Amino acid sequence: MSLIELEKIFQDKIDKEIRIEPKDWMPEKYRQTLIRQISQHAHSEIVGMLPEGNWITRAPTLRRKVTLIAKVQDEAGHGLYLYSSAETLGISRDEMVSQLNSGKAKYSSIFNYPTTSWADMGAIGWLVDGAAIMNQVPLCRNSYGPYARAMVRVCKEESFHQRQGFEILLVLSRGSEAQRKMCQNAINRWWWPSVMMFGPGDDASPHTAQSMKWKIKRFTNDELRQKFIDICAEQVKLLGMTLPDPDLKWNAAKGHYDFGAIDWTEFWNVVAGNGPCNKERLEARNKAHDDGAWVREAAVAYARKQKDKLSQTKVA
Amino acid sequence: MITEKEQLVSFVLHLADDSLVLGHRNSEWTGHGPILEQDIAISNIALDLIGQARNFYQYAAALKADGATEDTLAYLRDAMDYKNALIAELNKGDWAVTTLRQFFFSTSKFYLYQQLQNNSDTTLAAIAEKSLKEVTYHLRWSAEWVIRLGDGTDESNARVKTALEYLWPYTGELITPASYEQAQPGIDFAALKKNWTNHVLQVLEQALLTPPVNDWMQSGGKQGIHTEHLGYLLAEMQYLQRSYPGCEW
Ligand SMILES: [Fe+2]
Ligand SMILES: [Fe+2]
Repeated sequence: MSLIELEKIFQDKIDKEIRIEPKDWMPEKYRQTLIRQISQHAHSEIVGMLPEGNWITRAPTLRRKVTLIAKVQDEAGHGLYLYSSAETLGISRDEMVSQLNSGKAKYSSIFNYPTTSWADMGAIGWLVDGAAIMNQVPLCRNSYGPYARAMVRVCKEESFHQRQGFEILLVLSRGSEAQRKMCQNAINRWWWPSVMMFGPGDDASPHTAQSMKWKIKRFTNDELRQKFIDICAEQVKLLGMTLPDPDLKWNAAKGHYDFGAIDWTEFWNVVAGNGPCNKERLEARNKAHDDGAWVREAAVAYARKQKDKLSQTKVA
Repeated sequence: MITEKEQLVSFVLHLADDSLVLGHRNSEWTGHGPILEQDIAISNIALDLIGQARNFYQYAAALKADGATEDTLAYLRDAMDYKNALIAELNKGDWAVTTLRQFFFSTSKFYLYQQLQNNSDTTLAAIAEKSLKEVTYHLRWSAEWVIRLGDGTDESNARVKTALEYLWPYTGELITPASYEQAQPGIDFAALKKNWTNHVLQVLEQALLTPPVNDWMQSGGKQGIHTEHLGYLLAEMQYLQRSYPGCEW
């Protein structure tokens, strides 16, 4: 079959909402785009464990401690599913991990901001997991089977995280003056980076059209961002807090909130490695990997010895 | 004269502190494990242990009936009132220290809960029965790691040997009952010690390890006399409750 015919069959399947599976023919660019997108997503789950992991040992109650550990552990699980689904496209987890650790691969910039108070555990759950859900729910219907199935599991847990985060803020918002201050301060710091999680504006994202045609993207960055802002602008009222945007205003004609200009200079700076915690995050990942090398080697050596013993007994 | 109830409260708090302190230490690995699957496994053990601690604290709070809660017991007691065995509070160290410590600890809990699940105190029996299921897994997981490291590479063998030298003096406390433990009916501590020793020696042998000849044992944790490590652990853990007293979280 000619390449043109193969591409036509492929696109027909996508248009008919038939999932592409690992054994199916696919354009090389589709494969590469997916590898990049899924591995970046996996890396984000893994790096995302660090800012919240930072508060596990200081969680203020036993219940909070347990839910925080469970949440961070969920993110590890998400990383695992996603690495596995990327592996079906012909890249190994080792390769992806070394791309992350060398700084070659990207992960979500949001995790390059520091968690400086307990309220950040609430703000991250509410805003960061909230934005992640907004991005990820449409991905449950993306055209690549293993990725779509991984996302279904991920999304279920993310909505838990979001509710827990909001609940942390709700308790703080009803607490002492110091707690309310902590709560507002965390919202102030996490709001704009969360808004930026949807990526550059549609006019500045050249790959959107192709990704939408391949159905590995269902909505544009700006559509998702608007949806997120509309929801948060209402939810923040339940907290009796404010979002740090003086231009945020309901626009009845549009049926959406208007919002202020996004500081894309900051965004690109953090992407380029100049965020407050880029170095710390990569260092922490590299340290865990390097410190764990002897453990992984021991596991491999032991497994090999066991296998040798087994084959010897079979021969004997 | 110490009443029976006071002895029981001390015993339950000791069980709670043991689980909380080791659970806290294990949770320091979350996000930093040597491999993703093991990051998840050690976090799971942390979750189980803190879950067990909560059950014990809630029971202790009910027994005390003086307004104490699981959180006041965990967050507002000082090191001198903590009754965990010293081995639980030692720094997490490397993967060899973490897994070998878990193995020593889980072995003692396994045999204790096995007895305790039939205790006449039905609350304790219920917590023990539930915890035993989790501990059975912790014990298998940690024993497998000890063997894997002992019989893995030269480096892993050297590391687990170093961990053994370091941890061994803290194991005596796991099988030597404090007075408030001895005061509990229906627990055969001699059997516990025998079972612990047999199982530990058997696994160490499989891991190509021999216990150190020096059999001097550290003690004190169960009586509130701790190492220097616990103060830092509690300072970190209790920071919010201490800085903002009387708040809901
Ligand atoms: Fe996640
Ligand atoms: Fe999440």
